[in-house]
Amino acid sequence: MARAPIVWRLGTVTEIIEETPHARTIALDAPDWPGHLAGQHVDVRLTAEDGYQAERSYSIASAPESTMLELTVERINDGEVSPYLTEDLRAGDQFELRGPIGGPFTWRVQDGGPLLLIAGGSGLVPLMAMLRHRAANGSDVDTRLLVSARSQADLLYRDELARLAQADGLEASYTLTRSRPEGWTGFDRRVDAPILTRVGPSPATAPLVFVCGPTPFVERVADRLVELGHRPQAIRTERFGPTGV
Amino acid sequence: MSPISRGFRGRPRRDVDPARIPPGQYTVNDFPVLSAGPTPRTPLDEWSFTIQGEVDRPVSWPWADFLALSSETITVDIHCVTKWSKLDTTWTGVSVDTLLEGIDTEAAYVTAWCDGGYTTNLPLDDVTGGRAWVAYRFGGDPLDPEHGGPARLLVPRLYLWKSAKWVRGLTLTLEDRPGFWEAAGYHNRGDPWAEQRYWSD
Repeated sequence: MARAPIVWRLGTVTEIIEETPHARTIALDAPDWPGHLAGQHVDVRLTAEDGYQAERSYSIASAPESTMLELTVERINDGEVSPYLTEDLRAGDQFELRGPIGGPFTWRVQDGGPLLLIAGGSGLVPLMAMLRHRAANGSDVDTRLLVSARSQADLLYRDELARLAQADGLEASYTLTRSRPEGWTGFDRRVDAPILTRVGPSPATAPLVFVCGPTPFVERVADRLVELGHRPQAIRTERFGPTGV
Repeated sequence: MSPISRGFRGRPRRDVDPARIPPGQYTVNDFPVLSAGPTPRTPLDEWSFTIQGEVDRPVSWPWADFLALSSETITVDIHCVTKWSKLDTTWTGVSVDTLLEGIDTEAAYVTAWCDGGYTTNLPLDDVTGGRAWVAYRFGGDPLDPEHGGPARLLVPRLYLWKSAKWVRGLTLTLEDRPGFWEAAGYHNRGDPWAEQRYWSD
C-alpha cells in the first residue's frame, strides 16, 4: 500500500458530543482523508487572528470503518488548545489537521489476539478505536479492557462500552480511584498486580497489550505487566502529558 | 495560508525568545516522557557501550570505563516531534567525537541501538563535530530510567526521537538504514527547524 503524504487538510466540525464534564468528541468532515488504523492520532493546528499558531496531537476515537473522523479531547486545565476545543469550538467551525500518525500503537483485526487494552483516563480514546474496529468487523477475539478513571463521571463512552461488552469475547473492567457510586462492584484502587491478574489474560497466552494514559500511569502499569511475565516486546505504550505546566 | 480558527487566541509565551522555538513547537517547563514500550532496566554491571559496524575492530566500554572517559557538560534546547520544546536543559555525557577518536571508517551513517530494541538512524555528520553526546546525567543528577537512563544519545539539533533512550551502541554503516520511527512514517532526518516531522515533510 502506497503511503499517503501527511499534508494539512481543512476539517469541518459536523457534530460535537459531550462525553463527560471535561471531554467531548469532535466529529469532522475531512475531505480526502486517506483512512487510518485504530490507535493512530492526528496533528491539529489552530491559527489565531494575529497569525499565531498552536499544534497539538489528538487520538482518533472512530474506527477506520466509520464515515466520520472523530477525535475525543479532554480538557487540560491551564492548557492552551484543549480548553478551546472543549469549550469554544462549535459545529461548522473549521481547523487544520493532518495524519494519520503512529505506527506501533495500532491494531487490526487480522493481528489477532488475545488483546489486553489498559486505559488511564482519556487514554481510552485510541483503545476505543480498536474496540470499534473489532465490533465493525464482527471479531470475537478474546479482548480484555481495563479502564482506570477518577470517578464514574469521568468514564468515557460508558453506554457504548456497555453495549459492546455484550459481544462475544469482550470483557470490560473498571477501576475508580477517587470516588465510587454506591453499590460499585468494580475495582476501587490504582491498577496493581492483583487487578492485572484478575483481568487477565495470562501472560502464558501471549496477549498483545496496549497501554495508554498519563505518563506515571503507563510507567507503573507497564512495569507491573513485565513483572507478571508479559513480554516487553508485546507491550505497546502511548503516554501523554502533563505538558505546559 | 492557514484559515483563522474562530475565537482562538492561544497563549504565546512572551517570556521566551521566539527565535529559539522551531515552527509548530511550544515550550514546557516539565519533562514529558515518550516511548513505545516499557522502560528497560538494565543493571549497570551488565551495561556497556559499543561502537561497531564499519570499523576495523569494535570498541566496547563497561559502565565504569565509560564514566572514566572525558565528559562534557552542555546546556542545550531540546525539541520533541510531539510539539514540546524544553529550553536550557543541562546534560553531562561523553561526546560522540570522543567515542570515535582513533576510529578509521568509510561509514556515512550510524544506527543507534538500545535496550528494548529501539533503533534510530543518523548521518554521521549529525553526530560528529560537537553535535552529539551519550549523556548520563541530567541537571546534575543521574539520568532517570524513564528519560533514558542509564544513558541516552543526545542530538539536540534533531527532533528528540533521534536522541535514543537506553542507548547501548552505535553501528557505523555505509548506507542509511531507517530505524524504528523512521520506518513507521516519521521523517528520516528530523530537523525541527525545517519541521521535518513525517516522511513527506
